[in-house]
Amino acid sequence: MPVVSNVTCPVCGSFCDDIEITVKNDVIVKVKNACAMGEAKFLNYASHRQTKPLIRKNGELVEVSLKEAVQKAAEILASAKYPILYGWSNTSCEAIRVGLELAEEVGGVIDNTSTVCHGPSILSIQDIGISSCTLGQLRHRADLIFYWGSNPWSAHPRHIDRYTTFAEGRFQKSAWRGYLSRLTGILSKKRLHRAVNLGLGRQTPSPPETELRLPSTLLQNKRKMIVVDVRKTRSAEIADYFLQVKPNKDYELLQALRMLVRDEELDVDKVTGIPVETLEEIVEIMIGCELGILFFGLGLTMSQGKHRNIDAALSLVRDLNRRTKFLIMPMRGHFNVTGVNVVFTWQTGYPYAVDFSHGYPRYNPGETSVVDILCRGESDAALVVASDPVAHFPNVAAQKLVEKPLVVIDPQVTPTSIMADVVIPSAFVGIEVEGTAYRMDHVPLPLKKVVEPPTTCLSDKEVLQKILGEVRRLRRNHN
Amino acid sequence: MPKLKVSLLTGRTINQGKGKEQGKLSEEYQNSVSICQMDPEDIKLLKVRENANVKVTTDFGSVIVKAVKSKRAPHSGVVFIPYGPWASVLANPKTHGTGMPSLKGEIAEIEPAITEKVLSLQELLRTCFRR
Ligand code: SF4
Repeated sequence: MPVVSNVTCPVCGSFCDDIEITVKNDVIVKVKNACAMGEAKFLNYASHRQTKPLIRKNGELVEVSLKEAVQKAAEILASAKYPILYGWSNTSCEAIRVGLELAEEVGGVIDNTSTVCHGPSILSIQDIGISSCTLGQLRHRADLIFYWGSNPWSAHPRHIDRYTTFAEGRFQKSAWRGYLSRLTGILSKKRLHRAVNLGLGRQTPSPPETELRLPSTLLQNKRKMIVVDVRKTRSAEIADYFLQVKPNKDYELLQALRMLVRDEELDVDKVTGIPVETLEEIVEIMIGCELGILFFGLGLTMSQGKHRNIDAALSLVRDLNRRTKFLIMPMRGHFNVTGVNVVFTWQTGYPYAVDFSHGYPRYNPGETSVVDILCRGESDAALVVASDPVAHFPNVAAQKLVEKPLVVIDPQVTPTSIMADVVIPSAFVGIEVEGTAYRMDHVPLPLKKVVEPPTTCLSDKEVLQKILGEVRRLRRNHN
Repeated sequence: MPKLKVSLLTGRTINQGKGKEQGKLSEEYQNSVSICQMDPEDIKLLKVRENANVKVTTDFGSVIVKAVKSKRAPHSGVVFIPYGPWASVLANPKTHGTGMPSLKGEIAEIEPAITEKVLSLQELLRTCFRR
């Protein structure tokens, strides 16, 4: 059976490139090296699939030819005054490029999923700047790893393994063994606690999450990991130390750390419930590291303060660089959400929320971002590519999206495609068609083709090119 | 009936991640995102059993989900619903000029809803979008 090696995984922003796929009669039968999420995609992508284009007629979605669907999609977009073109982070850079051309042609707003994930991070990076690097550098050199408001164990399952704490680097060894002994400790502590409760017939609450005394492993000269979050996530459990922050209090904590890094006095005893002495010890460890990295996730960008939280995190890292070497990186979610920002920027000058209605690109998140446009009820049609806003946008916004003509290009059946007026199923990029995507550290990698797509499914790029061609023809005839 | 005021978090879980790759129409996906992870003490305060249905309400909507015991407890007063159509019903669309809605740390009320059922994805979409 043919085995395809070095396949990239088109799921999360870790964009692992070491997957091995066994193919039998053009069907994927075995997946090696991927995590549960990656494996689920490679093995199940084809179940629950719609392969023929659909158009809504008398309230029902009915199968039509590709030509008819493309025609209808082009009519909707060409006749709209202010259409939204949204999605893009789960497709190839090549398709995104055609999408931008289409947005300019129809004078619409093109926005991508970073608007509802790391949009605030981008705003803040534009203000403050970022000291960043590639993941390879961290794998070999980072000795202090922070995950703040991010739960890689669940959202980027192989991140810790491939790039940070558990990776075997050239200059930093994997901290896997230390974790194993810690795990045994945690389990026996939990067991003991339960036994005591059972024996005494009572339910005592478990001890508080943030331990006030820092564990000795943090002082040793080896790779260590600290997790800051509102709950003790799986990632927090495997960390050397977990710092629990109250919901919406990250900004305070970050600013307090900044003050301590700058040797300023804090005239309070506690910050968000954490004693200042504990924070002082943490800052000691930060300053004492050789190369630190702060990965941050949606816990920072989505909670109160939004981009101001990121301002504080970027500034903390800037301050730290006066004392040691420290870097920072957002934990990007979808496999090509970094690519979408890159392609948007090189084509239009802006990373997301780009408005072409004036004939030239304009960027003003809060005004030209898709959730705001929907909430104000300004758009009159939408094209969604490889994304599921109906499931993930706040309901109020999703309702406005569904009220107006909606075209969806997606290989999967999703709540958005179920609600659409025109559905054009495409081939899975990274499984059935090739392309390029950017890993979260801005390293571009190829998406491979391992099996043939169904004959009725073209790539996102080809579908978009057909729609663009048809829109141009309609507009020419109109003029 | 007992009611609790809580802070609502939304986010990813490994089951949601796995479920979405198996297809949004798969049972795995729907079961993985129509839940509310709660501190066991909070479940007790509601006077319901684990896996009972509860109704979560915010200023923006309300939805029935299954209350499951959080493996990340203690975090009393904080509940967690994975990203998905159920969490979106409750989400605050205000972006405060950033383009980003507020999806973490929303104030919510939670109460038992033993007699009501958790809607399937299709039923939920029908009630939200009348399509
Ligand atoms: S960590 Fe992400 S990219 Fe790597 S195998 Fe898992 S889902 Fe795929």
